[in-house]
Amino acid sequence: MSKKVLDLLKEKFGAAITETHAQFGDDTAVVDPASWRAVAFFLRDDSRLSMNMFTDLCGVDFHRQRAEGQPRFEVVCHLRSLQHAHRIRIKSRVGDEEGETVEIDSLVPVWRGADWFERETFDLMGITFKGHPDMRRILMYPEFKGHPLRKDYPANKTQPLIPYREGTQDKLFPFREDEGMSFGRQTFDHRNDRGES
Amino acid sequence: MEPLDQDLAEGELELPSEPMLLNMGPSHPAMHGTVRIVLELSGETIVKSDVQIGYLHRGFEKMCERGTWTQIFPYADRLNYVSPMLNNVGFSLACEKMLGVTVPERCQHYRVILGELARICDHMICSGAMCMELGAFTPFLYFARAREIIWDIFEEETGARVTHSFGRVGGMAKPPTPDFKAMIRGGLPRVLQMIGEGEKLILKNRIFLDRVEGVGKISQADALALGWTGVCLRSTGAAYDVRKSHPYMTYDRYDFDVPVGTQGDNYDRFMCRQDEIRQSIRIIEQAMEMMADDGPINIDDPRIVLPPKADVYTTIEATIQHFKIVMEGIKIPAGECYSYTEGGNGELGFYLVSDGSGTPYRVRIRPPCFPIVQGLSSLINGRMIADVVPTFGSLNMIGGECDH
Repeated sequence: MSKKVLDLLKEKFGAAITETHAQFGDDTAVVDPASWRAVAFFLRDDSRLSMNMFTDLCGVDFHRQRAEGQPRFEVVCHLRSLQHAHRIRIKSRVGDEEGETVEIDSLVPVWRGADWFERETFDLMGITFKGHPDMRRILMYPEFKGHPLRKDYPANKTQPLIPYREGTQDKLFPFREDEGMSFGRQTFDHRNDRGES
Repeated sequence: MEPLDQDLAEGELELPSEPMLLNMGPSHPAMHGTVRIVLELSGETIVKSDVQIGYLHRGFEKMCERGTWTQIFPYADRLNYVSPMLNNVGFSLACEKMLGVTVPERCQHYRVILGELARICDHMICSGAMCMELGAFTPFLYFARAREIIWDIFEEETGARVTHSFGRVGGMAKPPTPDFKAMIRGGLPRVLQMIGEGEKLILKNRIFLDRVEGVGKISQADALALGWTGVCLRSTGAAYDVRKSHPYMTYDRYDFDVPVGTQGDNYDRFMCRQDEIRQSIRIIEQAMEMMADDGPINIDDPRIVLPPKADVYTTIEATIQHFKIVMEGIKIPAGECYSYTEGGNGELGFYLVSDGSGTPYRVRIRPPCFPIVQGLSSLINGRMIADVVPTFGSLNMIGGECDH
């Protein structure tokens, strides 16, 4: 059933579908960012697919995991069809290692439900969606600097709106500097406590 | 001082016509959960609204990238703190999908029973809180009393009343207690009786019906486009339930119905929840019939499941096995997977990316109430300010889940 979805996509878009796989039974298509919205419209409107349930959209940061010159971020979108009961995951790879301008077309014109998911991805991952009607932070406060889910954002960094009392570090008594969340595969703890390198 | 009985001409008494901005929340007595709604009012009618969430953001996804896979269970509990067991089981299934293992049948029935009990709690508290916010405090007390019975069962089984952390990759933390079935057989009729009594108080109450019937309506196409799932989608007539559409565990072996509504208003959402409670009870009864009284709960794989405690203290093999799992974590094969289950509010998805180590590379939760709260704005625009309260109540926003 779902193999058909991938075949239809490849037939229609050809080279814009750079990769497909079905690991753990989830059909996945990697889409060229330039045809991101066109693929979405096709998935929604084609009667053989009719992916009318927008399920999820998120970003993944592959900081220092990719080869030189390869895009750093993945935008991952999950879709489902109510009539045909099939699912698909479409992904697109965007952004450079610096992560300064990471952009991709917004899917809000295709599915209204993408609105908050894209705001969340922008907020936490720093991916800007072109054509989004209201690109604001959603979970973090407007004064927040940086994007917390990026791998180079230190997990123990804090950005209090009201400064700490003098002499108090990030951890309050009785916890010491080195306590709490001390291990992790990839940390950037060589930076100082405030997250400045 | 000006005299109060000033004789004003009619024209001067007109109310100012410019819109008024009103903040509802983040801490409002008539709304549970910390959400802020900025309303632009013209008189009492809402012209525009902006729903702002994030007051309960705790960085769930960031925290998950720092520990082992097993250490996520306590976090998963605190996502939806009204039905933590469903989140636990959902996350276990996601990990098991990547590992390619299936838990023994006895454990599957056990998970179903505990999960359905949690679903009953979830629906009852949502319905109860909705009534309470509309001024009907008594039904809430009936439902809370019924929840106590279920929480007592959970306390006996897991040792905790709210945040159980009872799920494990490849099984459950403990096998069922000997009195498990007897407790449920004794408790469920009382739960059902209390739900019936609570319903009787409100379902013929004109004030309640006037505030829910035809209020907060949404069409099926809109609900689908917004990404709604669960009760809120089913109230519009789309019979999408993950348990029926993509059966996981043993759900394909039980006989149960999926209640759907027709209007997609607050009343339909309320009634769908009440009907689902009864369907959950049906599932529990069948699962208890099918569940064996003895047999293994956990899978037999020393790389995934912790050895019995007695062996850890007496044999070197078990000590090593225990040490490896605790210190290095369960090694989940590299790749990505999206696993979905039916949570309290709808499709609860986990999108996991693993690099093959004992620490998750990325854990993404797809919280069912995030897209639902997204639609709140379009439900209340053009309605009266008093309609916000029942509409918000019927959507069942859980702050911990919505704000990650």
